[in-house]
Amino acid sequence: MKTLAELAAIRERMQNNVIVREGTASTRVVVGMATCGIAAGARPVLSAFVEGVEKAGLLDKVTVTQTGCIGICQYEPVVEVYEEGKEKVTYVKVDAAKAAEIVEKHLKGGSVVTEYTIGAIK
Amino acid sequence: MKELSLNILDVTKNSVTAGADTIRITLETSPDGMLVFSLEDNGCGMSEEVVRRVTDPFYTTRTTRKVGMGLPLLKLAAEQTGGYLKIESSTEAGKSGTTLSAAFDTKSIDFMPLGDIVSTICVLISGSPDIRFVFKDITPDGTVFLDTSELKAVLGDGISLGEPEIIAWIRDYLTEQYKERKGNLQK
Repeated sequence: MKTLAELAAIRERMQNNVIVREGTASTRVVVGMATCGIAAGARPVLSAFVEGVEKAGLLDKVTVTQTGCIGICQYEPVVEVYEEGKEKVTYVKVDAAKAAEIVEKHLKGGSVVTEYTIGAIK
Repeated sequence: MKELSLNILDVTKNSVTAGADTIRITLETSPDGMLVFSLEDNGCGMSEEVVRRVTDPFYTTRTTRKVGMGLPLLKLAAEQTGGYLKIESSTEAGKSGTTLSAAFDTKSIDFMPLGDIVSTICVLISGSPDIRFVFKDITPDGTVFLDTSELKAVLGDGISLGEPEIIAWIRDYLTEQYKERKGNLQK
């Protein structure tokens, strides 16, 4: 059974890491979570990024955040990737499986998954 | 929306936008199968005029994005089961806030299943780790409960509730409570 004591243990374990981690993330993954995004399936996409980034050991490098409607509702779920010194990449019609692939190939491997980007669709 | 928990995620974001620092999400299912979802926040509130019009999908204008499709969709989901949506709001300084309640007849064929409410709560907390969320899901078989202020008290100021490790813990914590309740049901 999960207890608050267990949470305290996680705190002890994390305290050092968090201090090191602060301000080091250079990549930001932004998932559109307005009505349009949620209706199109953004919730499992967000969960897939959060879990994928942790599993891939990228917590120091990547933060996953949420935003409102980006204005291209017909392409939701939309995910934007901002990397320091690079042009923004916009992925469209993302699902959990594509999210896992983006974590692996783009965030970890460094190469954009072009077939899922907005440029490939338009 | 395919699941009620998605409507809940969507409309709760209104409370976040309203600047609330405490948001209470309650689900209460009575023995006769009526489910009431209530959302209570201490955000900026809405004027009477706005409250009257928020459930009109054509009220919103794309440029201001002040109100959207969220509430009309929730109202539809409730009413198509024979339920209702009620909204009360106050903009009075010091006691502003909004309380919304939506009732559903879970026996209706048009009732959308609740779906993955645990993910909804996790997404809300990871998106707004500084807001206090109090979540309760009450049924005759037991209550699932989470108050993020209790977690904050354990974690202190140094660690955000939005940290992936903490969100994973919250997910397991809620999932276990649901499993335990299901166990009660089978007994």
